[in-house]
Amino acid sequence: MPADPSTSRSGSATSPGRLVRKTVPLRHPGRWVAVAIIAVVFASLVASASGNPNYQWNVVWRYLFSAPILTGLSHTVELTVGSMAIGIALGILLAVMRLSPNPVISTAAGVYIWVFRGIPVLVQLLFWYFLSALFPRLSIGIPFGPSLLSVDTNHVITQLTAAILGLGLSEGAYMAEIVRSGILSVSPGQNDAAKSLGMKGFLTMRRIVLPQALRIIIPPTGNETIGMLKNTSMVIVIAYTDLLTSVSLIYARTYETIPLLIVACIWYLAVTTVLMFVQSGIERRFGRGFMPRRQPGRLARTRARLFNRSATAGATHAAGGSDA
Amino acid sequence: MPDIPMVQAIGVSKRFGHIEVLKAIDLTIPRGEVACLLGPSGAGKSTFLRCINHLEKINEGELLVDGEFVGYREHGGKLYELHERHIARKRREIGMVFQHFNLFPHMTALQNTIEAPIRVNGETKAEAKKRALELLHRVGLSDKVDSYPAELSGGQQQRVAIARALAMQPKLMLFDEPTSALDPELVGEVLDVMRGLAKSGMTMIVVTHEMGFAREVADSVVFMADGMVVETGSPSALFDNPQHERTRSFLSKVL
Repeated sequence: MPADPSTSRSGSATSPGRLVRKTVPLRHPGRWVAVAIIAVVFASLVASASGNPNYQWNVVWRYLFSAPILTGLSHTVELTVGSMAIGIALGILLAVMRLSPNPVISTAAGVYIWVFRGIPVLVQLLFWYFLSALFPRLSIGIPFGPSLLSVDTNHVITQLTAAILGLGLSEGAYMAEIVRSGILSVSPGQNDAAKSLGMKGFLTMRRIVLPQALRIIIPPTGNETIGMLKNTSMVIVIAYTDLLTSVSLIYARTYETIPLLIVACIWYLAVTTVLMFVQSGIERRFGRGFMPRRQPGRLARTRARLFNRSATAGATHAAGGSDA
Repeated sequence: MPDIPMVQAIGVSKRFGHIEVLKAIDLTIPRGEVACLLGPSGAGKSTFLRCINHLEKINEGELLVDGEFVGYREHGGKLYELHERHIARKRREIGMVFQHFNLFPHMTALQNTIEAPIRVNGETKAEAKKRALELLHRVGLSDKVDSYPAELSGGQQQRVAIARALAMQPKLMLFDEPTSALDPELVGEVLDVMRGLAKSGMTMIVVTHEMGFAREVADSVVFMADGMVVETGSPSALFDNPQHERTRSFLSKVL
């Protein structure tokens, strides 16, 4: 074992005759100026928000937990979860297809990404909603052969399915590029190592490549999820009652536009806050072996409880430095 | 079948595009022997090693491991390329250690070692863990079982990588410059493990620049240059009495 370098360092620190001089730390007057400016701006914002009666805070409080708003909120959350679930599953499939050595499979994925990224989501939503104009009946059966099951398109494509399809299928195209960049970030040596241990392609992808790729994939996916939360408000064009539609239905009747938009803002911000916590929890989970293990703070302990992991496990190795 | 050599290469050639990296390599490595591949960089040593477990496909010639093709099946005088899952099955018997370790960074030392025995060989977690702990003890890392690769020194990582390869109970071990990426003071601990492995009778092919190790441990030394085998012999013959000018000039620079 090499000698502990800290021994020699502490040896010199305690050695006699060392020159000790007072060091004056650098002053930062600019920071105090910035603090003052921000404080003034913030105070004037608060004063305006509390002093201006047009905000109608009493109306905000009246509607914040009202039944139509909460229903709209739950629809927005459902849409976000549903379309992100489709988007992520589709994204992984498309990314693996895109990286396939088979040129037909790779091109097919490329064309999908091209089409669904290229057409505005708003148009896609309308397209799905009015699918019955193109195909009055949908049927499942043998391609070019007899059909086994046939249904009226308008029965299957409700506002909800049109919304989830429209948002999820286009999200899949974006997620595909995110997943692909994650997969490409894993060093080819990992593939060599897995192969040399007799692991097959699918097993290598599932156990070795994707878990490492996730570290790269998660931050932009968090971005996409928060973006999706707000993109769901586009379903107003097909009159699905999400948060924004619910809000607009009320202010169309009462003309209390500003306070009701504030209600929507508060809920969008609240859900975004929750999503940010979830994201940082997941990032920790997949940062294993990359991030230094630290003594978890109070926030981390709460987070660990939420994610059902042992908070003390991270504390066993205080040092996480690498010399590799 | 002790007369079947562990590795037999007959006229093995490999091209990357127009560049010929291996030119008709003939080489036989008997069972239980340690062969060291020496030579200047770009000689094709690592490529040859990667051809043995079919990480690289050869363009010409035949390469047999324990009397069998790794990437092909012979039938009626023709060679049929094997499906990936069949190649994977043959690779289980050939362990490989890489210059840059290639440990799975999201798994602890123990998890790295039990992954393939469980997922590939279908062992139970208990039996895989038992053998993994024995192997990690053997490479001197009993106290690092739950450490992630980033928490280990290069030498420790390489020893985990050796334990990981051994956990599959291979009959042949390939080492691709296992100490080249290490700090000089950490080289010894890895070579010690390899020395122990050689003593246990494992067939090993080692691409290395550690001349001292080659001289001490190898049964045969192969000197390669420009994609060809220049000279093969016992360590004493090759180091003390090289026959070719190319070998002599290389040795004069590294010894």
